[in-house]
Amino acid sequence: MTATQLYPGAPAIQTIDVRRVYKSRSGFTFGGQKAGKSVTALDGVSLTIQKGELFGLLGRNGAGKTTLIKILTTLLSPTSGEAYVDGLDVNKYVIPIRKKIAMVSGGEQSGYGILTVREQLWMFAQFYGVTSQAAHKKIDQLLEAVGLGDQANQKVYALSTGMRQRMNLCRALVSDPEILFLDEPTVGLDVEASRIVRDYVRSWMQEKPGRTVLLTTHYMFEADELCDRVAIINHGQIVAQGETDDLKKGLQEHARFQFELSEWAPAFEEELKQSRGVVSAQTMNKKGKVSVQIALENEEYITSAMQTISSAGGHVLTLRRIEPTLEEVFMRLVGNSDEDKAAGEDEV
Amino acid sequence: MDMMDISPNQHVEGSQWRETLRLGWRTLIGRAYPRIVSAAREPDWVFYEVALPVLQVIAFGFVYKSLGRPQYTGFVVLGGAMLAFWTNVLWSMAGQLHWERQTGNLELYLMAPSSMLWILAGMAFGGMVATLFRSIVILLIGSLIFGVTYQIVSAPLLILIFILTMVALYGLGSMLASLYLMYNREVWAIQEVVQDPVSLVTGFYFPVRALGGVIGGLASVIPLTLGLDGMRQMLFPQLGQSFLPPGIEIAILCGLALLFLVGASWSLKYIEKMAKIEGRLSLKWQ
Ligand SMILES: Nc1ncnc2c1ncn2[C@@H]1O[C@H](COP(=O)(O)OP(=O)(O)OP(=O)(O)O)[C@@H](O)[C@H]1O
Ligand SMILES: [Mg+2]
Repeated sequence: MTATQLYPGAPAIQTIDVRRVYKSRSGFTFGGQKAGKSVTALDGVSLTIQKGELFGLLGRNGAGKTTLIKILTTLLSPTSGEAYVDGLDVNKYVIPIRKKIAMVSGGEQSGYGILTVREQLWMFAQFYGVTSQAAHKKIDQLLEAVGLGDQANQKVYALSTGMRQRMNLCRALVSDPEILFLDEPTVGLDVEASRIVRDYVRSWMQEKPGRTVLLTTHYMFEADELCDRVAIINHGQIVAQGETDDLKKGLQEHARFQFELSEWAPAFEEELKQSRGVVSAQTMNKKGKVSVQIALENEEYITSAMQTISSAGGHVLTLRRIEPTLEEVFMRLVGNSDEDKAAGEDEV
Repeated sequence: MDMMDISPNQHVEGSQWRETLRLGWRTLIGRAYPRIVSAAREPDWVFYEVALPVLQVIAFGFVYKSLGRPQYTGFVVLGGAMLAFWTNVLWSMAGQLHWERQTGNLELYLMAPSSMLWILAGMAFGGMVATLFRSIVILLIGSLIFGVTYQIVSAPLLILIFILTMVALYGLGSMLASLYLMYNREVWAIQEVVQDPVSLVTGFYFPVRALGGVIGGLASVIPLTLGLDGMRQMLFPQLGQSFLPPGIEIAILCGLALLFLVGASWSLKYIEKMAKIEGRLSLKWQ
């Protein structure tokens, strides 16, 4: 009986009040650290990620994202708190956890340039005990899926950044992990390469139920497009978590709409402001196009607002609701990066 | 948290040593592979790793000839051939984990389910195979140039001494690899300082016995010293000049092999634990 079968209902990832403090030993300078300085990278992080979720972790540089991933991938010990991967304690079940996980980091230069793409993937498959035959079959399939079919016999050093990162994704998947950690996987990639990576991560998850991804990114649209749920981390603390839509709704105090009018009339704005439920109204006249943005106490007031316009003789051409973006949510929660640069930047 | 409260490891490990061994073997072969193919794919290795040692062997050979001791040229040729392994251990084993950390490989190796010892074993095996080839080339060229004749006393003993020397030598390399990872700057500095004297006292180009018992004894910590002395006794019996009888050398080599392998395993465990606490397995650019 394996550990997996012992806890069928365990979440893929769970952390309870995890703290991580980096300390340098005073008196020594090896490892490149200044003596005597300590940094709290994680300050009581509690997260639960269910199996089958694609979870995004967002935060500024130095917020603690990579530190959390390193703890969950058994590369770093938490200073205090508990962390579980598939129900297994990261401090105790190192090997069983390692069998289930894989990680890809942005800008990764792993492997050996002298090998071909196929040889490199084969090598990593060996470290997971995959037979050569199974490995080659899997490699063909993965390379094809990320559009590297033609590069299989090319030397790794000759790959472009985008190709290399797609290969790294294959490298992680060749051992058939259950939980995949992606630390800024699309950093430095062009639009097409990022798209291929994102699309393949999605379809990899859909291939088999229960597969889980923890992704960190600085690209808000990436998180918005890809993730089922996100958490925002700031100075080592989770400041918000939930479905992206809920986070956006939580941010929005008023329902906001924008409509385009066929012609300009100053009266509209005044009339609108008088209308019931309207918090604010603002008219813009750009390149001959008239558009009005209004904020309502409640979205139901849109009907009466429209009536106000038409009874004032206005013609509405288009109407759309303005949703807050994840970026706005992020900025609202985390603020401007200049504020406390010192805390976020590292000191080595 | 009741679902987490299980007693560790017994369900997971149990009777799985065979599985562990299979995984370990694959890991070893996987890691050895790039070493073996890269030797074949990088043409300039021929120059650095064959031509330079051959030149050195020729130089020492002529020194002995000019001293009127041509019988020692065989000594020098064997020393040159074995020196290739020492160079390989110093340059491609000892510093290796340090370089693997720079590229991010170290993290991936640790994250894989088999023990790092298998990775080191793969590095050692790959390095040994690639070096064996170079070493044979050096041996052949040197022997041809000086017309060396070998008089094999006991082939099984010769092979046994060679294998034990390799195990002990690469065991030492594995142990150094983890020490480098932890204390790289200090160890680099030490290596720079001691490398040449070490090559000297190990007796690549002359009998260790010439150094006297104390230095010879100290040098014996490096497995090549005794290994080389033993192999020379098996190949050039007429020269005498042996440091210790072969039986004792074999026993000491066994002891060294065991010591270094246990030492490597212990220091790897210790270093992984410390590095996880101190956060030094990865570089900080991510
Ligand atoms: N090995 C280490 N030793 C000392 N301090 C570290 C180490 N790794 C990270 N830190 C510090 O811990 C804090 C969190 O770093 P971490 O790498 O987790 O941030 P991050 O959210 O991944 O940032 P980025 O977006 O830049 O990748 C930073 O202040 C960083 O300087
Ligand atoms: Mg990071």
